[in-house]
Formats: sequence, structure tokens, C-alpha cells
Amino acid sequence: MSLRGKDILGLQEMTPEEILLILDTAEGMKEISEREIKKVPTLRGKTIINLFHEPSTRTRTSFEIAGKRLSADVINISASGSSTVKGETIRDTAHNLEAMSPDVIVVRHSASGVPYLLAQALKTPIINAGDGAHEHPTQALLDLFTIREKRGMLQGLKVTIAGDIAHSRVARSNIFGMTKLGMEVTVAGPATMMPLHIEKLGVRVITNMDEAIAEADVIMMLRLQLERQHQSLFPSLREYSRLYGLNLERLKRAREDLLILHPGPINRGIEIAPEVADGPYSLILQQVSNGVAIRMALLYLVVEGK
Amino acid sequence: MDLLIRGGRVIDPAGGIDDLMDVLIADDRISRLGKNLAERAPGTRIIQASGMVVAPGLIDLHAHLREPGFEHKETLQTGLEAAVVGGFTSVACMPNTDPVNDNPAITHYLISRARQVGKARLFPIGAITQGLGGGRLAEIGEQREAGTVAISDDGRPVMNSEVMRRALEYAGMFGMPVISHCEDLNLSGGGVMHEGWVSTELGLKGVPTAAEEVMVSRDLALAELTGSRLHIAHVSCAGSVHLIRQAKEKGIRVTSEVTPHHFTLTDEAVRGFDPNTKVNPPLRSAEDVRAIEEGLKDGTIEVIATDHAPHDLAEKDLEYTQAAFGMVGLETALGLALDRLYHRGILSLPQLLAKLTLNPARALNLDAGKMTVGAKADVVILDPERRWRVDGNAFRSKGRNSPFHGWQLRGMAMMTIVDGQIVMDQGLGI
Amino acid sequence: MDEADIDRALARIAHQILERNQGCQDLVLVGIRSRGVPLAHRIADKIGQVERARLPVGSLDITLYRDDLYRRLPQEHKLGRTEIPFSVTDKKVVLVDDVLFTGRTARAALDALIDFGRPRIIWLAVLIDRGQRELPIQADFVGREVPTLHGELVKVLLKEVDGEDRVVIRKENEPKR
Repeated sequence: MSLRGKDILGLQEMTPEEILLILDTAEGMKEISEREIKKVPTLRGKTIINLFHEPSTRTRTSFEIAGKRLSADVINISASGSSTVKGETIRDTAHNLEAMSPDVIVVRHSASGVPYLLAQALKTPIINAGDGAHEHPTQALLDLFTIREKRGMLQGLKVTIAGDIAHSRVARSNIFGMTKLGMEVTVAGPATMMPLHIEKLGVRVITNMDEAIAEADVIMMLRLQLERQHQSLFPSLREYSRLYGLNLERLKRAREDLLILHPGPINRGIEIAPEVADGPYSLILQQVSNGVAIRMALLYLVVEGK
Repeated sequence: MDLLIRGGRVIDPAGGIDDLMDVLIADDRISRLGKNLAERAPGTRIIQASGMVVAPGLIDLHAHLREPGFEHKETLQTGLEAAVVGGFTSVACMPNTDPVNDNPAITHYLISRARQVGKARLFPIGAITQGLGGGRLAEIGEQREAGTVAISDDGRPVMNSEVMRRALEYAGMFGMPVISHCEDLNLSGGGVMHEGWVSTELGLKGVPTAAEEVMVSRDLALAELTGSRLHIAHVSCAGSVHLIRQAKEKGIRVTSEVTPHHFTLTDEAVRGFDPNTKVNPPLRSAEDVRAIEEGLKDGTIEVIATDHAPHDLAEKDLEYTQAAFGMVGLETALGLALDRLYHRGILSLPQLLAKLTLNPARALNLDAGKMTVGAKADVVILDPERRWRVDGNAFRSKGRNSPFHGWQLRGMAMMTIVDGQIVMDQGLGI
Repeated sequence: MDEADIDRALARIAHQILERNQGCQDLVLVGIRSRGVPLAHRIADKIGQVERARLPVGSLDITLYRDDLYRRLPQEHKLGRTEIPFSVTDKKVVLVDDVLFTGRTARAALDALIDFGRPRIIWLAVLIDRGQRELPIQADFVGREVPTLHGELVKVLLKEVDGEDRVVIRKENEPKR
């Protein structure tokens, strides 16, 4: 089985079958990272370019490890800011990279849509490693993988995504994916961080955190960008933490077996209390390990489908 | 040489004419209108226009021609050539050049340069404030003497309401309208598209319709207070249409315009992240487009203007968030207006042509936009049925930034005549 | 081959393995996905009946070691899970597959297995050896040799996967390129 298109751009355009194919393939990949010799020869002689236009240690490293465990050559290119700084259009940059014959280009960019423009312009498969506040498909896939691994299935599960929904690509990709797979999604956060018409995506919107947590099987806490407090989106970190943070007190209202996810990096003591982040139901570190398996699966499927 | 345009359907909203007749142009004036006109003199050039519509040359009261300062994007030469290809014989140009047209020297320069170019007539619009800074008023009176027809800080809305009030009062002394780009910069800050369902899905920062409505309300209140004439540029949303309609009922002296892209496209066009769909104000929702069509129908919006905004690739072929706002429009405006408004039954041909001739002339007090005997012979001959494909690479404008590239449209300009001279001919005169 | 034939063949293989190894000391079985896995379990059961011991059985998906990855895998192919929940180092590993044909699968399986450690010996057991080798590879234990031609299709059906035990040989209607 293979994916329909050459690129991995977002969960919005994926079919449920494609999402499940990726999750299943990642299951086959996961074991490789547990071996003594953590490498298979699958992508020997293939070149992967990590093009990161936004700082991200975690995702870049995860892709790098994934590529290397499949024996690909992985090249990291970090460019800060917009291509305009160099007087080059984004298409110029892309064509220059393509001239070096990579087999996959992994793109992270602070502007929504850049991976889409590159995918149109280039023959090389593009994997979106996060674009602006738009999509972060690999993160959502690893979240789905982690939840399925714990619960054995996805359909019917109640998930609450809490925090700054408006600026979160993790939230968007998860909403697209989860609703496609029959999960019930609630978004929770202050009204200032709720994008217009979000309910049209098939989610329930709640501004009261205690209510949002009450029936959830899974809660996904989003990272709060600290600079948002200067944009009148919330009055103070203290108040945000009190109204929307996940702490032990609040956890008492939740189901006993609530699964806790966070895409990282966490702000300890702001959106999540340290004792919760390090507690028994926190899957934060499993998410990171599973991220490698998901990215291996994607690299494999994308190259194999070429 | 005299021109005799034979057998066309002459539509002149100014003269209330809509009839099959001939038009005789002698020198630079409309000499006669009537059935079966005879040539006045030997050597008269005959133009067969049966099946065509003969109308006053179109007027665009909102274009960015970029000269001086941004000649890599457009010059008066390329801009005015693009205008006549699109059937426009008069173009009012916005002052956001470098230097800004906030003093009579620039106005003089523009007018004399446009005379050298020929093609369409140029009517410069002066700045409201010096350097478009939103602070001190520009030399509005002296510029008026030099030839400006209105004032506007288009693209850089005047946020200070007191300054806007004084601008209205001051321009009012000269009978000049103030053209307002209505946008509350605090509400729109950082936004790159319409705030709504699509922006939520795409994760792009949105500009709420309220950013426009707030300023339309303010400017209408100031127009009422000062009694001066206000022209609202590029109306994009239902709320603005509603506010302007109410204001007219109250007798406030306001006119308004809509661009072809705002009555043609919605925010759905932004999916795919084509930077050519990035424009300010942004492409709005389908409901907004419906309200705009309603406003065009009932006369609330009396003018169609292009907001022609050419950019080069270096500023346009970028990340959606980084790309410049704006699209070219002079060469597609008439086709879109005919295709989207006339052929879809929203406006009749006389109504549509009024919004491109008589009404913009009235809004800016221009001596143009009519075909009465004795008027300057600025004429467009158009074929309302002709189907054609938009080809951005064939534009006379330097700008290629059009979201309509590849579109098939019905209706186009076949010949443009300025001052009795044929300045554009798509094979009609052969 | 029918159900009884298959059962007899596996019983013989089990005995041969025990004989060769002189018991079940250090013996582990690894089935190659997908049909080698149930076969490995059946052989382990048969050995268990004789020796009263439970042999470790692993499963190996060789997709990631294939040498023809970029020539289109069959449409229904999906990467499976490799599970070898024991160390293979210094063990005598019996690789189990349903059909030995070109030898390419066995080659990939050897590469994969060696990534898990350093076995003392690797043996290869197959239910059917249909000949037509493309690599210098031989099976140590063979259920039945079935000389075939290119263009013929040997399909092993197993209860665990297909609901019945049967081996069918048929002509391929359209020879693959």
C-alpha cells in the first residue's frame, strides 16, 4: 500500500486509510530503535534535506535520527527568517536545493503554506515539519500513534486539546486527523485564543478548563508562547496558569486513566505542573520516541512511493 | 482624420443614450451622434461596430502606477498602456509613490510625464498627510492648483480621527473629495487574509471585517460632521455596504467603489497559498460578495475601480505572510465586470457602464466619462460577448500579479480612442 | 499438497532439526513474515511435543532489507512488525519461510538477523523449494522440492492466514515484466 500524493503536507488532505497506513507502518519501525544496532539499510544512498526556516531542535533531530536509522544521508540546513532577507524568493531557494538531487525535502517554516508552495514548484517529495499556525502533520501522527498504542484504538475516544488554539499548528493537524478517525474533540482555552468558526471543524469549544477535562480520555496541553501576553491575549502568566494550567488539583476532576500529552517543549509550571508532566499518566517522553518511528515511516513511505 | 463608428449600440449613461447609432468624431471631439450618419469629409476612417457596444472611455479612479520611485513595478508608460488595453481612457493615480505625491512638484511631474506618454489621461490624487505619515496635512490647496482631483492616504489609513476631520474640512473648501482607505490598523495588524472560516483552517492571521467597518463608521460620522465629500475606496464587506446605504439615506455625501476582485473572488481563493490572492482589503466571504452585488444593484456602490497594484516577483513570489499586498487590474477589470456582473444578470449594460464612466467622473468632478456632442472624444468600443483567456504574460503592465491568470472571460475592449486618436485596437479598425 | 501433506512435511523438518542440533539446546526459530511465522510456530510446537520444551519463536519482516524496494511493492503489501523478543547471539537460529525461490528473501533475512546479534549458526527451513535460484543460497531443511518454471506461481495457504492448509501451483495468466 502507498500514499496517494508525493508529499506529506497536512492531515487535512489525508484519507483515514492513509493515516492508518502511516500508523501501522510506524509500528513496524518502532522496534528498530530498540535494537542494539539501530539501523536498517532501506534508504541507503538516499539524501534527505532538512530545511528548517525556524529554530526547532526537537523536530529536526527527530527527522535526522529517523533518516539515519534508515541509512539515508541527512543534511541539515538552517535558515533564519524569510528568504527575502537574502533577496531570493522561496522558489529560488527550493530550485537550488532540488538541483542537488535530494530524495526528500523536510520543511519547517514560520509562514503558513510554504511547504505547499514548494510542493507545487518541485518534483522532490516535501514533508511538512510544521508551517506557521497551519499544520504539523508529523506531530499529530505521533500523537495519534501514542494514543492508539496506549488505548488500542482511536474511534470514540474523547480528546481535549487545551491552550492557544488560534496559533497552534499542532491543534489544527490533530483536529483534522482526530475528527477523521472518529474521535470526539473538544478545544479548551481562553476566548482570545480561539480562532473564528473553529467549531466548523467539528469540535466542541469550551472556555472552562474544569469542564473540558471532566470526561476526557486524553488531554493534550499546548505550549503557551510567552510573548502572547504582550498581545492582550491573556493578562498574566499567573492568571493563565490558574485558569488553564493542568495541575494535580484539576486532575482530580478527570478520569483516573486520563492520558496526558504535550508536544513539547513544556513550560513547567505554566500550562502544566511539574508533578503532572513527570507523573504516571504523562506520555510526553513516549511521544518523543514515537516521533522517530512516525518519521521513519513517513520517509520510507514517501521514498518508496516515488 | 475623422472617425465614423458605424452600427454600434451606443450607451452613454451621461446622456441617457442606449440606441443603435453612428458616432462621428471630428478632431478630438464627439461631433455627431445619429442614425446613418454621412462622412463629413473625404478620407474619414470608417469603423464597423455592429454587434459592439460604443461607450464613453472607462475611468479608473483607483490605480497605483508606481512612478516615481518604483519604476521596476510600473511606469506611467506601461501603466497607461495597460489602461487603454483594458478600455480605460482616464486613470486617477494614488500618491503612494517615492517621493509621495504630497506637493505640487510631483503633481506637475506626473501630469507632464503622462502628456508625453499619451495613451490614457492621468488624474493625480494627492496625499492627505505629508509623506502619508498620518500627521500634518499635505499642501492640498497648491496641489489642487497643480491638478490633483482628490486626496487620499491610500494604503496608509489615517488613524488619527482629528487629522481625518481636518482633512475633510480642508479638502471640502476646494470641493475635493477625500478618498478613504478604511482600515483600523490595530485590528488588522499582522493580518494577511480575511478572518473567518478559511483563515482558521489555514492558520493565517486574519483581518476581521470590523477593521474596515469601524473606519467606515468613523469616516461617515466625520463626513456628516464636516459636510464634506467622502469616497470610500475598495469596499470589501457586507457591513460597509450596509453602513454606506444608511449614510446615503441620511443624506451624507458619500460615494464608494468596489474592485473587480472583491466582487469576483472569496477567501476560498487563498487555499493553495497563491500570493497573488493576497490583497488589502482581503478577499472576503461569499456573504460579503453577495452584499456587494446587492450594493451594486441598488446603487449603494456607484463605482467600479481597479485598485491596480503591480508588484515585481521579488516582492510577490514569497511566503504568503511576506508577500506584498495587491494585484494588477487594469487589463482584467472590464472583462470581469462584464463576465461577473452583466452576464450573470446582476447589472444591465447601461448600469454597469455608468459605474465605469459617469459615476467615477461625478465622484471626482472629472470632465470625462460622457459622449454628448462636443465632449472630448474618449471612447471605448467593446464586444460584450467575446470570450478570451487572461494571459498574465501578455499584460502591458509590468505587474504579473493577477489571480485571474488562465481564466476564461466573456467580454472585452476592442478599441480605445482618446482625444479622437485610436490608442488601442484589437483588430477592429482593419 | 493438502493439510496432511503439510503436517507430515513439518513433522519431518522438526525431526531433522532436532537431529542436526542433537536436541533443542540453544535453538530458536524465526519466521519470515508473513507465512513463515505460523510455520515457525508449528515447527516449534512439534519440537515441543518431542522435547517437552517451549522454543523461542520470533518474527521477522524483511521489507526494509529488500533489494527491490524501489520497483513497486505489491499493492496490498504493508510493513509488518519484527518481533524477536530474545537475544540471537550465540544461538542456533532456524529461519523459517514458506517458499524458497530466487533466494533474495533469504538473503534479506540473513542481513536482518545479523543486525540483531551474532548467531552461532543460521539454518534455513522452508516448506517448498521451487528452485530457480538467483543467489547462492540453499535450504537446510526442505518440506518438499517442487521444480517449477518461471511464470508459475506457488502459493502456500495456511489456516492462520488463509483459513485452510493447501499448496497450489498455477500458471500466471500474465507473466510479470
